[in-house]
Amino acid sequence: MVKSMRSAVVRSVTVFTAAALAVPLLSFTPAGASKTPSDTTFPRNETLYTSGTLWGSPGNFNPLDAGARDTGTMGLLYEPLFLYDPIHGKYIPWLATSGSWSGSNYTIHVRNGVKWSDGSALTGADVAYTINLAKTNPAVPWSNLVQVGLKGATAAGNTVTVHFSSPPPYTAWQNFLWNQPVLPAAVWSKMSATDQVSGTNQAPVSSGPMVLVPGQTWSSSTQQTCYQDNPNWWGTSQLGLSFHFKYLCDVVNWSNNIGLTAFLQGNYDWSNNFLPGINVLMKVGGYKQIKTYYPTVPYMLSANTAWLEMNTQKAPMNNVWFRKAVAEAINPSGITQGVYAGIVQAANPVGLLPNLSSWVDQSVVAKYGFSYNPAQAKADLAKSGYKGQSLTIAVPNGWTDWMAAIQVIAADLDSIGIKVHPVYPRVGGVIPLTGMGNSSSYTAFDMIIDNNAGPDSTPWSYFNRIYALPIGGKSNEEAAGLNLERFSDPTAFNLVKKAAVTPLSNTAALKSIYSQIEARFLQDLPEIPLWYNGAWFQGNTTYWKDYPSASNPNDQYTPVMWGGWLGAMTTVYALAQLRPAA
Amino acid sequence: MRRYFARKIGIYIVAFWFAGTVDFLVPRLMPGDPVQSYLSNFIGANTTVTQYRAMYSAFAKAFGLNVPLWDQYWHFWDGVLHGHMGISISQSSLPVTSVIRGAAIYSLILLVPAIVLAYVLGNRIGAMAARRKVLDNTVLPIGYLFQASPYPWLALAVAFYLGAVAHWFPIGSGYAQNLLPSWTNWHFIVSVMYHWFLPFLTVFLVSFGGWAIGMRSLVIYELETDYARYLRALGASQRLVRRYAYRNAALPQLSGLAIQLGTVIGGNVVAEVVFQYPGLGHLILQAADSQDYFLLMGIFLFIIIGVLVANFVIDIAYVMIDPRTRLAMQGAQA
Repeated sequence: MVKSMRSAVVRSVTVFTAAALAVPLLSFTPAGASKTPSDTTFPRNETLYTSGTLWGSPGNFNPLDAGARDTGTMGLLYEPLFLYDPIHGKYIPWLATSGSWSGSNYTIHVRNGVKWSDGSALTGADVAYTINLAKTNPAVPWSNLVQVGLKGATAAGNTVTVHFSSPPPYTAWQNFLWNQPVLPAAVWSKMSATDQVSGTNQAPVSSGPMVLVPGQTWSSSTQQTCYQDNPNWWGTSQLGLSFHFKYLCDVVNWSNNIGLTAFLQGNYDWSNNFLPGINVLMKVGGYKQIKTYYPTVPYMLSANTAWLEMNTQKAPMNNVWFRKAVAEAINPSGITQGVYAGIVQAANPVGLLPNLSSWVDQSVVAKYGFSYNPAQAKADLAKSGYKGQSLTIAVPNGWTDWMAAIQVIAADLDSIGIKVHPVYPRVGGVIPLTGMGNSSSYTAFDMIIDNNAGPDSTPWSYFNRIYALPIGGKSNEEAAGLNLERFSDPTAFNLVKKAAVTPLSNTAALKSIYSQIEARFLQDLPEIPLWYNGAWFQGNTTYWKDYPSASNPNDQYTPVMWGGWLGAMTTVYALAQLRPAA
Repeated sequence: MRRYFARKIGIYIVAFWFAGTVDFLVPRLMPGDPVQSYLSNFIGANTTVTQYRAMYSAFAKAFGLNVPLWDQYWHFWDGVLHGHMGISISQSSLPVTSVIRGAAIYSLILLVPAIVLAYVLGNRIGAMAARRKVLDNTVLPIGYLFQASPYPWLALAVAFYLGAVAHWFPIGSGYAQNLLPSWTNWHFIVSVMYHWFLPFLTVFLVSFGGWAIGMRSLVIYELETDYARYLRALGASQRLVRRYAYRNAALPQLSGLAIQLGTVIGGNVVAEVVFQYPGLGHLILQAADSQDYFLLMGIFLFIIIGVLVANFVIDIAYVMIDPRTRLAMQGAQA
């Protein structure tokens, strides 16, 4: 009796355990597993490991789904017509060999001899199809072109003519040329409108320097996306560019701590993670194998402008003297040195990134610009009518550098008598802080930090973010990230609109327009530019060397794999410079 | 017996429907709009209002959020019955079922062996400790230590000393980065085991201590009960008395095991986060952080099914193990 009961217990436990183990093993084995070569490995000396861009399951290769696509979808698989080089301020012909305006028409000469990965030729018809997609599918990222005057594109062989109404949207078009992919018409024309923008495109037909390693399966336990060299890439024969690594694996980031450990151990070669204190490790930690873009201060290229954003429709932030007092009370070195230990730079008062510094009118800055000056801040505060209200300054929870920065800001403001409390709501980004979405708890925000103004080749998008009208209020449209500070200046917005339709070649006219906008900006201070977030890059020379560097005139390329950089700026050139360390 | 199981299954179906409905509603009661958060990732300064609206409706349609709540509810049950749980907003727009499938296997191979081994060894050693002073003075205090130490602290200490300092084991990730996942590849399986060991060890140790302590007190209690005394008075061997005591003491423990095994399907959030182990616990955190409705619903549905199935299995096991349950059912039949 006892024996049989005992064996019943043992049996039931054993059966249940075996079932629990066997069921997942049998039924959850990835469908493609049998097709996977059983000994597929990536030899370390042939593989470049990158990190810092992928924060969830890999497996999306749709270049139009910028929110979900894997690193490399743009740049390694799909390519734009031009690249933009922010370091030297020029455009580089890529899938196009040239392009030019003639009245309201733009003519593109598409590169000959480019092949899709299925062997078919990339032609002007693909380029025209891609442009015209804006007219048939309003959800593609460049459908804004239709609203600003795109009429359509026609192809004759590899010459594509794009027709616009007059005056043509020079700036928006230029943005398209270096930011958006050329799509294979044969593939995209067979998709539904929804799939065109949000399908996962797991069998990509692409034109770029690499292709997906076959046999990869995609789920949340997949730790990386791996590419291998495309032997038929046009860039090798036409530009002499090729990669010295055979594989590139972009590793999913689970935390910056793991990222730092793996990078220091040499498991990752190329890191675009924010690794606070990396410059200290280089200087005093003896990590000679770590390279940054600048060998010394500021170590990193600048990636975007962090500005203090106030709700300018709410008292006391609606008062210009109050905003001036805030601007003058904050000591930027408390943030650049205290929080970032010197790996970021303070912003100039206009806030345009360093690659656009030629557009900053220094005489305007000299006349209206602000600087750290607590005495002046107190004087301006006295004129503002501030009555000692308690205000909040918010950044998303978990953005640790920004959380430290707003503590510095709150202390600076406190020292001139402005009461500001740092708060850290648990939200998915900056925009929800301003009251987007169903959450009404932050609609009455006072101050936040925002870095929506990213890298661009002209100052237009920066000022459009500040002055775009109408103001979104609580509506969905605020998600576009425009005029989050809710500042109304129709004169400035008209100037922004005028800049958009001024030819980029007419620099004199553009400089005059931007100078006027900058003068209004510095007098009104709708935003307060504080510092430039870095284009975080660290290279480890254990396995690969010749990372991009400001000190090598032949290797000054963007060392960044983030979306909007790889496949838009010069990251592919940077990858082609890498050589095996041994 | 048939009536007993029919009634049980009926209760489980109602519980499944009720839990599923709660599962459907809870993410929708969270503040915020997932489509808006998703779109804010890539809306640029060139975006116009018309374009934004078009993109919003395209992605709302892709996520199935463009229909009234009632329709979403029907789609939800339709999907549950057909194995379609929508697409994950935070995980590259992949199908939820494939995202969960990839993570579930890692949680199961971690937690099922850890819990079952801890149960078997913990109970055996606890029972032995109840009657052997040496064990009671050595193993049990260690059990207390592991059971009482905060798990995150223990896990961090193990990860730090055995991983970061001694370099005996890797920390972070589920397999080596030079491999493609493939359960038919021995290199891959060995690598998974190597990465699996530390999280397994910590979960096992904490759980082991708990079972041992519980079993020890239960056996001591059972050895002092009337039936044990009566057996001894009849002259039964000490061995026989202990066996009866162990069987009786095992019953409450088995209920505890059922609950633990039922929830393994949800992974172990803390262990998986500390060791950066790619299981469901890790996924829950990511899904919650990014308001990923469908992924959260899918994982919770998985947990609901796991708890119900485990309870059902234990119901059956009880009938097999405990003669009193069996007798009660036979009485009901008569």
